[in-house]
Amino acid sequence: MKRLILAMLLGAAPVSVSAQDFAITNATVGTGDGSAPIEHATVVVRAGKIVSVGRDTTATSGTQVVDGTGKWVTPGLFSAVTDLGLWDVEAVDDSNDTSAEKSPFNAALDVATALNPASEHIAVSREGGVTRASVTPFNGGSIFAGQGAVIDLGKDAAILMKPRAFQYVELGESGAKLAGGSRVAAHTALRNALREAREVAALPAGAQRQGDVLLTRADAAALAKVIDGTQTLYVGVERASDIRGVLALKTEFPKLDLVLVGATEGWLVAPEIAAARVPVITMPMRDLPSAFEALAATMSNVGRMKKEGVKVAIGLFEGGNQPRNAPQQAGNLVALTKIPGASGLTWGEALAAITSIPAEISGFGGKAGVLAPGAVGDVVLWDGDPLELSSAPVSVWIDGVKQPTGSHQARLRERYKDLDETYLPKAYDW
Amino acid sequence: MPMRNTPWSRRAICGAAIALALTAQTVDAKKKDKEAKPSEAPYASTYKPYPGRPTALVGATVYDGRGGRIEGGTVLFENGKVVAVGGADLAIPAGYDRVDGTGKFVTPGVIDIHSHLGVYPSPGVDALSDGNEMTSPTTPDVWAEHSVWPQDPGFSRALINGGVTTLQILPGSGNLIGGRSVTLKNVPSRTVQGMKYPGAPYSLKMACGENPKRVYGSKGQKPMTRMGNFSVDRQAWIDARQYMDGDHAERDLGKDTLEGVLKGEILVQNHCYRADEMVQVLDMAKEMGYKVTAFHHAVEAYKIGDLLKANDVCAAIWADWYGFKMEAYDGIPENAALLSKQGACVVIHSDDENGIQRLNQAAARAQAAGKRIGVDISDAQVVGWFTYNAAKAMGIGDKTGSLEAGKMADVVLWNGNPLSVYSRPEKVWSDGALLYDADDPKRKPVSDFELGQPGEGDVK
Repeated sequence: MKRLILAMLLGAAPVSVSAQDFAITNATVGTGDGSAPIEHATVVVRAGKIVSVGRDTTATSGTQVVDGTGKWVTPGLFSAVTDLGLWDVEAVDDSNDTSAEKSPFNAALDVATALNPASEHIAVSREGGVTRASVTPFNGGSIFAGQGAVIDLGKDAAILMKPRAFQYVELGESGAKLAGGSRVAAHTALRNALREAREVAALPAGAQRQGDVLLTRADAAALAKVIDGTQTLYVGVERASDIRGVLALKTEFPKLDLVLVGATEGWLVAPEIAAARVPVITMPMRDLPSAFEALAATMSNVGRMKKEGVKVAIGLFEGGNQPRNAPQQAGNLVALTKIPGASGLTWGEALAAITSIPAEISGFGGKAGVLAPGAVGDVVLWDGDPLELSSAPVSVWIDGVKQPTGSHQARLRERYKDLDETYLPKAYDW
Repeated sequence: MPMRNTPWSRRAICGAAIALALTAQTVDAKKKDKEAKPSEAPYASTYKPYPGRPTALVGATVYDGRGGRIEGGTVLFENGKVVAVGGADLAIPAGYDRVDGTGKFVTPGVIDIHSHLGVYPSPGVDALSDGNEMTSPTTPDVWAEHSVWPQDPGFSRALINGGVTTLQILPGSGNLIGGRSVTLKNVPSRTVQGMKYPGAPYSLKMACGENPKRVYGSKGQKPMTRMGNFSVDRQAWIDARQYMDGDHAERDLGKDTLEGVLKGEILVQNHCYRADEMVQVLDMAKEMGYKVTAFHHAVEAYKIGDLLKANDVCAAIWADWYGFKMEAYDGIPENAALLSKQGACVVIHSDDENGIQRLNQAAARAQAAGKRIGVDISDAQVVGWFTYNAAKAMGIGDKTGSLEAGKMADVVLWNGNPLSVYSRPEKVWSDGALLYDADDPKRKPVSDFELGQPGEGDVK
């Protein structure tokens, strides 16, 4: 009997995790495409995809209706350049797969092999409205960190959307240190690596390489995809002159598909970045000269780059910079619009900087980070303005599947809502 | 008539004997050391308030920092002091400048109880990294003020974006006993003494848990374990008490500080994450006869809110940091709200040169997390988390941290609700002097370091 029930439960399980058709009605909707929020709007999701969005759309009969009155709806947040799923406790090395200082490999490293869908960090981010992310390895002993992936944060085992989505290289001050002590060494290492990659790519199958090589074959082979532009190259860089140095790589390696990561002084060279059509992923709140490569840091960096036509996403969520705090950062950029002399973003632009724009830069333009017909059914229902500090998600759907809540943090807060141990210790309260 | 033995006369003697003292300190000289000790505080504050105009803030929503809220309130200050706080009916004396705060908000100056500005300044280069004297597990002899670099550009960001008017600079947490803190007015100065908060008590920075045992254990040295941590701490207190009860024949800088703690003159700010460990520390304090004023970071404080309340200890915390190390694994965003519900004292701290610019926002996030589990804490009370409660736990609650007649006129006019992400300081006064004005590009500090560099004087 027990077995029968178990079998029935197992049989029922796939149904419970499959996509539901549903509509959220009468909500304030931010589509994520940069436009202003639409009041009294409806969002319809069918078969895991967005079907329609707007004031004129209505739910067809038979569709489950969620009353959005007084609430807000956005696409799921897209967190660019994160360490999601790579650690349990950052400082506990055994649980941390972000970097490998002692590995003989660098560019060949592929985070897809380490991603843990059951990570608490993913669960907490999902509860915060994050539904997609790019995950990057971090530099170990080389300027090349390895290959990052794009994931969804759905509560199931299949989180990998796109493995080896990009290669990450660090230049600037950190790159200089990794390369042996100078920017000169970092640029030389980068060029040499790309040369070796080109040679490996040109070899007939099974042929041996020449002797004077620095990279392992696996690393050189991994970089071949960077040279022909089939894999995006994320370049960590902050100083204005370093950014120019990166943009100049395109004249030497014309097929490079570049993304600037960091770009704290991007506003000083914004027209050049825009002209090169290189997108930027940045931490918007940096306003301190934390290093000599960041002397011109200002929170107006994003607004100024955007004004010059640069495509800018908020990202770099690692360590204490949690993905669930992305809305706060976006909201702060809206706050800047009220400060004389500062440059910020409109509300719609700020939402786009944590939804559609990081999705576009990650290769999922129109497919994720936006409420538009045909896009994935990642929808977040909020109890207020999603960029406001007092707001939080009420429900999160990923691919049309309503996500269960629950995490280590959630269980702790339930246990410690009171400190009553009159009858039994707290350990029995679960 | 015997000659009066003044500090000045003693100093003259010491000066004459200095060459001798340096080579071979005599018993007499040691005794003089003992006598020299109680003279006026060394490295004394030279801070003087800058001039300000008698000012009346009118029409704003006023949070007084102690749970009070006045709609359309009036705040009067003159000669660096708050004169009166009241409603729209409060009479404005002649000669006062009126600042219209309609649609805006007023709070006391923001206070950060846990900052490393100046000791870990920007740029974060090794040459300026002066926050952790990790050469011995106990260094009660070091004073943070001797490391503070007053040109740290972080001070200006804390002022203009965070409305911070007072902050406590602590040594780092690599050591069990890290040294003395210093409390500063967030007023630019060529010297540290020019920023020192007049009359603020010192605090001693202590740390338990992973950091000290990791730093010294990895050197194959004590402490390597948590029990080692406690052993080293307890012995330090025992030695300090012996010193305190002794004749002070030989002056010991570190034990001077510990003695100050045992006498209740120096507060204790204790970095500690885990609930069980905080309670062990409270017992150590009982055993050794001192008081812990606040636990810092305290990510598990919510598990022992009742005990913290009973022991009158504040928890100085982030809104939601977690997971970065093992002892932070159980951090939850509801920490502040649960503590507040349990009646314990909550302080929101930064420990971070960026976080210090948004203590108000961190508090708002913590408030919101509470609301979602049914713990409602009023906006006025939440403002106290980053104003009055911090001042109280720094021993300066009688001077600043709230808008009350007679207190320092440390005041922020916000362009909206400070608990909203869309709000920023519009004007900041310190002791009644206008030190930041969003509408006046020149009314903000620019540190020496930033002059002539890209971004000098830019909005930040």
